[in-house]
Amino acid sequence: MTKRSRRILLIGALLGVTSIATLLVLTALKQSVAYFYTPSDLAKLAKKPAGLLRLGGLVATGSVKFAEGGDATVNFTISDEFATTPVTYRGVLPDLFREGQGVVVQGRLNPEGVVVASEVLAKHDENYMPREVADALKKQGRWKDGEKTP
Amino acid sequence: MYDLANPDRFDRFARAATPIAAAGALLLLVAGLYLALFGSPADYQQGESVRIMYVHVPAAWMALMCYSSMAVASVVGFIWKHPLADVAAKATAPIGASFTFLALVTGSLWGKPMWGTWWAWDARLTSVLILFFMYLGYMAAWSAFEDKSRAARIAAIICIVGFINVPIIKFSVDWWNSLHQPASVFRADGPSIHSSMLTPLLLMGLAYTLIFTALLFISMRAELAERRIARLEAAARAPSEVKVA
Repeated sequence: MTKRSRRILLIGALLGVTSIATLLVLTALKQSVAYFYTPSDLAKLAKKPAGLLRLGGLVATGSVKFAEGGDATVNFTISDEFATTPVTYRGVLPDLFREGQGVVVQGRLNPEGVVVASEVLAKHDENYMPREVADALKKQGRWKDGEKTP
Repeated sequence: MYDLANPDRFDRFARAATPIAAAGALLLLVAGLYLALFGSPADYQQGESVRIMYVHVPAAWMALMCYSSMAVASVVGFIWKHPLADVAAKATAPIGASFTFLALVTGSLWGKPMWGTWWAWDARLTSVLILFFMYLGYMAAWSAFEDKSRAARIAAIICIVGFINVPIIKFSVDWWNSLHQPASVFRADGPSIHSSMLTPLLLMGLAYTLIFTALLFISMRAELAERRIARLEAAARAPSEVKVA
Protein backbone atom coordinates (compact mmCIF):
# COMPACT_ATOMS: atom_id res chain seq x y z
CA MET A 1 0.00 0.00 0.00
CA THR A 2 1.43 3.35 -0.99
CA LYS A 3 1.69 6.21 1.46
CA ARG A 4 -0.93 8.14 -0.46
CA SER A 5 -3.57 5.42 -0.43
CA ARG A 6 -2.92 5.03 3.28
CA ARG A 7 -3.66 8.73 3.76
CA ILE A 8 -6.83 8.43 1.66
CA LEU A 9 -7.90 5.52 3.84
CA LEU A 10 -7.12 7.51 6.99
CA ILE A 11 -9.24 10.47 5.86
CA GLY A 12 -12.08 8.13 4.87
CA ALA A 13 -11.97 6.38 8.24
CA LEU A 14 -11.79 9.72 10.05
CA LEU A 15 -14.87 11.02 8.25
CA GLY A 16 -16.73 7.74 8.78
CA VAL A 17 -16.02 7.58 12.48
CA THR A 18 -16.84 11.27 13.07
CA SER A 19 -20.12 10.98 11.17
CA ILE A 20 -21.20 7.93 13.15
CA ALA A 21 -20.17 9.50 16.45
CA THR A 22 -22.02 12.72 15.63
CA LEU A 23 -25.09 10.80 14.51
CA LEU A 24 -25.15 8.90 17.82
CA VAL A 25 -24.68 12.06 19.89
CA LEU A 26 -27.38 13.92 17.99
CA THR A 27 -29.81 11.01 18.33
CA ALA A 28 -29.15 10.94 22.07
CA LEU A 29 -29.64 14.72 22.30
CA LYS A 30 -32.73 14.78 20.11
CA GLN A 31 -35.05 16.34 22.67
CA SER A 32 -32.60 18.63 24.42
CA VAL A 33 -31.32 20.14 21.17
CA ALA A 34 -34.83 21.26 20.31
CA TYR A 35 -35.26 24.84 21.44
CA PHE A 36 -38.86 24.42 22.57
CA TYR A 37 -41.72 21.99 23.12
CA THR A 38 -44.82 22.25 20.98
CA PRO A 39 -48.22 21.94 22.75
CA SER A 40 -48.57 18.39 21.40
CA ASP A 41 -45.08 17.46 22.70
CA LEU A 42 -46.17 18.77 26.09
CA ALA A 43 -49.48 16.86 25.99
CA LYS A 44 -47.61 13.64 25.22
CA LEU A 45 -45.21 13.96 28.16
CA ALA A 46 -46.26 11.67 31.04
CA LYS A 47 -44.16 13.60 33.55
CA LYS A 48 -44.56 17.34 33.08
CA PRO A 49 -41.33 19.34 33.33
CA ALA A 50 -41.07 20.96 36.76
CA GLY A 51 -38.46 23.61 35.96
CA LEU A 52 -38.20 26.24 33.27
CA LEU A 53 -39.47 25.15 29.90
CA ARG A 54 -39.91 26.71 26.51
CA LEU A 55 -43.09 26.31 24.52
CA GLY A 56 -43.51 27.28 20.88
CA GLY A 57 -46.37 27.47 18.41
CA LEU A 58 -48.86 29.90 16.96
CA VAL A 59 -50.79 32.39 19.08
CA ALA A 60 -54.35 31.05 18.67
CA THR A 61 -56.67 33.45 16.84
CA GLY A 62 -59.09 35.15 19.23
CA SER A 63 -57.25 33.97 22.33
CA VAL A 64 -55.31 37.13 23.27
CA LYS A 65 -56.93 38.81 26.30
CA PHE A 66 -55.30 41.69 28.14
CA ALA A 67 -56.11 41.81 31.85
CA GLU A 68 -58.28 44.67 33.05
CA GLY A 69 -56.66 47.50 34.99
CA GLY A 70 -53.74 47.77 32.61
CA ASP A 71 -51.11 45.89 34.64
CA ALA A 72 -49.65 44.54 31.38
CA THR A 73 -50.78 40.97 32.03
CA VAL A 74 -51.82 39.13 28.91
CA ASN A 75 -53.40 35.69 28.55
CA PHE A 76 -53.35 33.72 25.34
CA THR A 77 -53.14 30.15 24.13
CA ILE A 78 -50.41 28.64 22.01
CA SER A 79 -51.56 26.06 19.52
CA ASP A 80 -50.08 23.70 16.99
CA GLU A 81 -52.13 21.54 14.69
CA PHE A 82 -53.20 19.11 17.40
CA ALA A 83 -53.11 20.69 20.85
CA THR A 84 -53.26 24.01 22.70
CA THR A 85 -51.65 25.27 25.89
CA PRO A 86 -52.77 28.37 27.83
CA VAL A 87 -50.13 30.97 28.69
CA THR A 88 -50.12 33.94 31.01
CA TYR A 89 -47.45 36.62 30.78
CA ARG A 90 -46.77 39.96 32.39
CA GLY A 91 -44.35 42.24 30.59
CA VAL A 92 -43.45 43.81 27.29
CA LEU A 93 -44.39 41.87 24.18
CA PRO A 94 -42.15 41.87 21.08
CA ASP A 95 -43.32 43.94 18.08
CA LEU A 96 -44.15 40.88 16.01
CA PHE A 97 -46.48 39.44 18.68
CA ARG A 98 -50.02 39.09 17.38
CA GLU A 99 -52.67 36.44 16.81
CA GLY A 100 -51.59 33.86 14.28
CA GLN A 101 -47.91 34.69 14.86
CA GLY A 102 -45.33 32.08 15.83
CA VAL A 103 -43.95 32.65 19.33
CA VAL A 104 -41.69 30.92 21.82
CA VAL A 105 -42.36 31.51 25.51
CA GLN A 106 -40.20 30.57 28.46
CA GLY A 107 -41.74 29.91 31.83
CA ARG A 108 -43.01 27.34 34.30
CA LEU A 109 -46.03 25.10 34.13
CA ASN A 110 -48.36 25.77 37.07
CA PRO A 111 -50.59 23.04 38.59
CA GLU A 112 -53.54 24.18 36.44
CA GLY A 113 -51.52 23.43 33.30
CA VAL A 114 -50.99 27.10 32.44
CA VAL A 115 -47.52 28.23 31.41
CA VAL A 116 -46.56 31.26 33.51
CA ALA A 117 -44.15 32.92 31.11
CA SER A 118 -41.21 35.08 32.08
CA GLU A 119 -40.17 35.75 28.48
CA VAL A 120 -42.02 35.89 25.16
CA LEU A 121 -40.02 35.71 21.92
CA ALA A 122 -41.56 36.16 18.48
CA LYS A 123 -40.64 33.81 15.67
CA HIS A 124 -40.96 34.91 12.11
CA ASP A 125 -41.25 32.54 9.18
CA GLU A 126 -39.02 32.12 6.16
CA ASN A 127 -41.29 34.13 3.84
CA TYR A 128 -40.22 37.58 2.75
CA MET A 129 -42.41 39.81 0.62
CA PRO A 130 -43.47 43.46 0.33
CA ARG A 131 -46.62 44.46 2.21
CA GLU A 132 -48.50 45.09 -1.05
CA VAL A 133 -47.87 41.54 -2.22
CA ALA A 134 -49.04 40.13 1.12
CA ASP A 135 -52.18 42.29 0.96
CA ALA A 136 -52.87 41.25 -2.64
CA LEU A 137 -52.54 37.57 -1.74
CA LYS A 138 -55.00 38.05 1.10
CA LYS A 139 -57.42 40.02 -1.07
CA GLN A 140 -57.43 37.30 -3.70
CA GLY A 141 -58.28 34.85 -0.92
CA ARG A 142 -55.12 32.83 -1.59
CA TRP A 143 -53.89 33.35 1.94
CA LYS A 144 -55.62 33.94 5.26
CA ASP A 145 -54.22 35.32 8.52
CA GLY A 146 -52.63 32.68 10.68
CA GLU A 147 -52.39 30.29 7.79
CA LYS A 148 -49.18 28.98 6.32
CA THR A 149 -48.11 31.40 3.60
CA PRO A 150 -48.48 30.25 0.00
CA MET B 1 -6.38 24.57 -13.74
CA TYR B 2 -3.52 22.13 -13.32
CA ASP B 3 -1.05 24.85 -14.32
CA LEU B 4 -2.21 27.05 -11.47
CA ALA B 5 -1.14 24.43 -8.97
CA ASN B 6 2.41 25.62 -9.56
CA PRO B 7 3.05 28.30 -6.89
CA ASP B 8 4.85 30.68 -9.30
CA ARG B 9 2.13 30.49 -11.93
CA PHE B 10 -0.46 30.92 -9.21
CA ASP B 11 1.35 34.00 -7.95
CA ARG B 12 1.28 35.62 -11.39
CA PHE B 13 -2.38 34.71 -11.91
CA ALA B 14 -3.42 35.95 -8.46
CA ARG B 15 -1.52 39.22 -8.89
CA ALA B 16 -3.48 39.93 -12.07
CA ALA B 17 -6.83 38.66 -10.76
CA THR B 18 -6.84 40.43 -7.38
CA PRO B 19 -7.61 43.97 -8.64
CA ILE B 20 -10.29 42.62 -10.98
CA ALA B 21 -11.99 40.76 -8.11
CA ALA B 22 -11.66 43.79 -5.83
CA ALA B 23 -13.15 46.16 -8.43
CA GLY B 24 -16.00 43.75 -9.11
CA ALA B 25 -16.63 43.43 -5.37
CA LEU B 26 -16.78 47.20 -4.94
CA LEU B 27 -19.16 47.61 -7.87
CA LEU B 28 -21.49 44.84 -6.70
CA LEU B 29 -21.34 46.04 -3.12
CA VAL B 30 -22.40 49.56 -4.11
CA ALA B 31 -25.22 48.25 -6.33
CA GLY B 32 -26.28 45.63 -3.77
CA LEU B 33 -26.26 48.02 -0.82
CA TYR B 34 -28.17 50.66 -2.77
CA LEU B 35 -30.88 48.16 -3.68
CA ALA B 36 -30.87 46.69 -0.17
CA LEU B 37 -31.20 50.02 1.64
CA PHE B 38 -33.21 52.14 -0.82
CA GLY B 39 -34.33 50.13 -3.84
CA SER B 40 -36.16 47.29 -2.09
CA PRO B 41 -39.46 47.26 -0.21
CA ALA B 42 -39.98 46.80 3.52
CA ASP B 43 -41.18 43.35 4.56
CA TYR B 44 -44.89 42.74 5.23
CA GLN B 45 -44.01 41.31 8.61
CA GLN B 46 -40.65 42.70 9.69
CA GLY B 47 -40.90 46.18 8.23
CA GLU B 48 -37.61 48.02 7.71
CA SER B 49 -35.65 45.64 9.97
CA VAL B 50 -35.61 43.16 7.11
CA ARG B 51 -32.73 45.15 5.60
CA ILE B 52 -30.34 43.55 8.10
CA MET B 53 -30.91 40.37 6.09
CA TYR B 54 -28.85 41.72 3.18
CA VAL B 55 -25.67 41.84 5.26
CA HIS B 56 -26.47 38.93 7.57
CA VAL B 57 -27.51 36.15 5.18
CA PRO B 58 -24.57 36.47 2.72
CA ALA B 59 -22.15 36.55 5.67
CA ALA B 60 -23.65 33.29 6.94
CA TRP B 61 -23.40 31.76 3.44
CA MET B 62 -19.75 32.75 3.27
CA ALA B 63 -19.09 31.32 6.73
CA LEU B 64 -20.22 27.90 5.46
CA MET B 65 -18.65 28.31 2.02
CA CYS B 66 -15.24 29.26 3.46
CA TYR B 67 -15.27 26.28 5.81
CA SER B 68 -16.27 23.92 3.00
CA SER B 69 -13.50 25.15 0.71
CA MET B 70 -11.06 24.93 3.62
CA ALA B 71 -12.07 21.30 4.08
CA VAL B 72 -11.60 20.53 0.38
CA ALA B 73 -8.17 22.22 0.39
CA SER B 74 -7.27 20.32 3.55
CA VAL B 75 -8.16 16.96 1.96
CA VAL B 76 -6.08 17.80 -1.15
CA GLY B 77 -3.21 19.04 1.00
CA PHE B 78 -3.32 16.04 3.29
CA ILE B 79 -3.55 13.33 0.64
CA TRP B 80 -1.50 14.78 -2.22
CA LYS B 81 0.85 16.85 -0.04
CA HIS B 82 0.31 19.85 -2.24
CA PRO B 83 1.79 22.94 -0.55
CA LEU B 84 -0.52 25.35 -2.42
CA ALA B 85 -3.56 23.53 -1.02
CA ASP B 86 -2.19 23.95 2.52
CA VAL B 87 -1.57 27.63 1.84
CA ALA B 88 -5.12 28.05 0.50
CA ALA B 89 -6.66 26.35 3.55
CA LYS B 90 -4.55 28.39 5.96
CA ALA B 91 -5.38 31.67 4.20
CA THR B 92 -9.12 30.93 4.15
CA ALA B 93 -9.44 30.51 7.92
CA PRO B 94 -9.20 34.13 9.14
CA ILE B 95 -11.50 35.30 6.31
CA GLY B 96 -14.05 32.63 7.15
CA ALA B 97 -13.80 33.46 10.85
CA SER B 98 -14.49 37.14 10.05
CA PHE B 99 -17.56 36.29 8.00
CA THR B 100 -18.80 34.02 10.80
CA PHE B 101 -18.28 36.81 13.32
CA LEU B 102 -20.14 39.22 11.06
CA ALA B 103 -23.02 36.74 10.73
CA LEU B 104 -23.18 36.30 14.52
CA VAL B 105 -23.12 40.05 15.24
CA THR B 106 -25.63 41.06 12.56
CA GLY B 107 -27.83 38.13 13.55
CA SER B 108 -27.80 39.33 17.12
CA LEU B 109 -28.68 42.88 16.03
CA TRP B 110 -31.53 41.45 13.96
CA GLY B 111 -32.71 39.11 16.70
CA LYS B 112 -33.30 41.88 19.23
CA PRO B 113 -36.00 43.79 17.29
CA MET B 114 -37.57 40.72 15.66
CA TRP B 115 -37.44 37.92 18.20
CA GLY B 116 -37.02 40.07 21.28
CA THR B 117 -33.62 38.71 22.28
CA TRP B 118 -29.97 39.22 21.32
CA TRP B 119 -29.15 35.57 21.67
CA ALA B 120 -30.87 32.22 22.12
CA TRP B 121 -29.27 28.82 22.58
CA ASP B 122 -31.17 27.31 19.71
CA ALA B 123 -29.59 24.75 17.38
CA ARG B 124 -28.77 27.15 14.53
CA LEU B 125 -27.19 29.88 16.65
CA THR B 126 -25.25 27.43 18.79
CA SER B 127 -23.89 25.46 15.83
CA VAL B 128 -22.71 28.67 14.14
CA LEU B 129 -20.98 29.75 17.36
CA ILE B 130 -19.24 26.35 17.35
CA LEU B 131 -18.19 27.01 13.74
CA PHE B 132 -16.59 30.26 14.87
CA PHE B 133 -14.62 28.46 17.58
CA MET B 134 -13.57 25.83 15.05
CA TYR B 135 -12.06 28.51 12.85
CA LEU B 136 -10.15 29.81 15.88
CA GLY B 137 -9.03 26.30 16.81
CA TYR B 138 -7.87 25.69 13.26
CA MET B 139 -5.82 28.90 13.28
CA ALA B 140 -4.39 28.02 16.69
CA ALA B 141 -3.30 24.64 15.33
CA TRP B 142 -1.31 26.35 12.58
CA SER B 143 0.56 28.53 15.02
CA ALA B 144 1.08 25.81 17.61
CA PHE B 145 3.75 23.95 15.62
CA GLU B 146 7.12 25.24 14.42
CA ASP B 147 7.32 22.63 11.68
CA LYS B 148 5.07 23.82 8.85
CA SER B 149 4.35 20.41 7.33
CA ARG B 150 3.43 19.02 10.74
CA ALA B 151 1.18 22.02 11.42
CA ALA B 152 -0.47 21.56 8.01
CA ARG B 153 -1.15 17.89 8.76
CA ILE B 154 -2.69 18.47 12.16
CA ALA B 155 -4.69 21.54 11.06
CA ALA B 156 -6.04 19.52 8.10
CA ILE B 157 -7.27 16.74 10.38
CA ILE B 158 -8.96 19.26 12.68
CA CYS B 159 -10.62 20.94 9.71
CA ILE B 160 -11.85 17.68 8.17
CA VAL B 161 -13.27 16.38 11.46
CA GLY B 162 -14.95 19.75 12.04
CA PHE B 163 -16.59 19.65 8.62
CA ILE B 164 -19.34 17.50 10.16
CA ASN B 165 -20.68 20.74 11.67
CA VAL B 166 -21.46 22.22 8.22
CA PRO B 167 -24.44 19.97 7.36
CA ILE B 168 -25.60 20.27 10.97
CA ILE B 169 -25.71 24.07 10.63
CA LYS B 170 -27.49 23.88 7.28
CA PHE B 171 -30.20 21.45 8.44
CA SER B 172 -30.43 22.45 12.12
CA VAL B 173 -33.53 24.54 11.37
CA ASP B 174 -35.27 21.58 9.71
CA TRP B 175 -34.28 18.85 12.15
CA TRP B 176 -35.16 20.60 15.40
CA ASN B 177 -37.61 23.16 16.68
CA SER B 178 -35.58 26.35 16.58
CA LEU B 179 -36.14 30.05 17.06
CA HIS B 180 -34.32 30.68 13.80
CA GLN B 181 -36.57 30.31 10.74
CA PRO B 182 -35.88 27.70 8.01
CA ALA B 183 -34.03 28.48 4.77
CA SER B 184 -35.61 30.99 2.36
CA VAL B 185 -33.35 30.74 -0.68
CA PHE B 186 -31.68 27.31 -0.87
CA ARG B 187 -34.71 25.09 -0.36
CA ALA B 188 -36.23 22.21 -2.28
CA ASP B 189 -39.40 24.02 -3.45
CA GLY B 190 -37.67 27.22 -4.61
CA PRO B 191 -37.05 30.53 -2.83
CA SER B 192 -39.79 31.81 -0.51
CA ILE B 193 -38.60 35.37 -0.89
CA HIS B 194 -40.07 37.94 -3.23
CA SER B 195 -37.95 38.73 -6.31
CA SER B 196 -37.65 42.42 -5.32
CA MET B 197 -35.79 41.26 -2.21
CA LEU B 198 -34.04 38.27 -3.74
CA THR B 199 -32.16 40.39 -6.31
CA PRO B 200 -30.31 42.60 -3.79
CA LEU B 201 -29.66 39.54 -1.62
CA LEU B 202 -28.01 37.65 -4.49
CA LEU B 203 -26.03 40.77 -5.52
CA MET B 204 -24.70 41.02 -1.97
CA GLY B 205 -23.88 37.31 -2.04
CA LEU B 206 -21.83 37.79 -5.21
CA ALA B 207 -20.13 40.87 -3.74
CA TYR B 208 -19.13 38.92 -0.61
CA THR B 209 -17.81 36.08 -2.79
CA LEU B 210 -15.60 38.50 -4.73
CA ILE B 211 -14.41 40.15 -1.50
CA PHE B 212 -13.47 36.68 -0.30
CA THR B 213 -11.65 35.94 -3.58
CA ALA B 214 -9.61 39.15 -3.45
CA LEU B 215 -8.69 38.69 0.24
CA LEU B 216 -7.82 35.03 -0.34
CA PHE B 217 -5.48 35.85 -3.22
CA ILE B 218 -3.76 38.62 -1.25
CA SER B 219 -3.24 36.49 1.82
CA MET B 220 -2.16 33.40 -0.17
CA ARG B 221 0.46 35.48 -1.98
CA ALA B 222 1.65 36.87 1.33
CA GLU B 223 1.98 33.36 2.75
CA LEU B 224 3.86 32.14 -0.37
CA ALA B 225 6.23 35.11 -0.12
CA GLU B 226 6.79 34.41 3.57
CA ARG B 227 7.67 30.80 2.83
CA ARG B 228 10.07 31.87 0.10
CA ILE B 229 11.79 34.27 2.52
CA ALA B 230 12.08 31.54 5.12
CA ARG B 231 13.66 29.22 2.52
CA LEU B 232 16.13 31.89 1.38
CA GLU B 233 17.08 32.72 4.95
CA ALA B 234 17.64 29.07 5.72
CA ALA B 235 19.82 28.75 2.62
CA ALA B 236 21.80 31.87 3.58
CA ARG B 237 22.36 30.61 7.11
CA ALA B 238 23.41 27.14 6.10
CA PRO B 239 27.02 27.84 4.91
CA SER B 240 27.92 29.87 8.00
CA GLU B 241 26.64 27.09 10.23
CA VAL B 242 28.91 24.71 8.37
CA LYS B 243 31.85 27.02 9.09
CA VAL B 244 31.09 27.21 12.80
CA ALA B 245 30.91 23.46 12.94
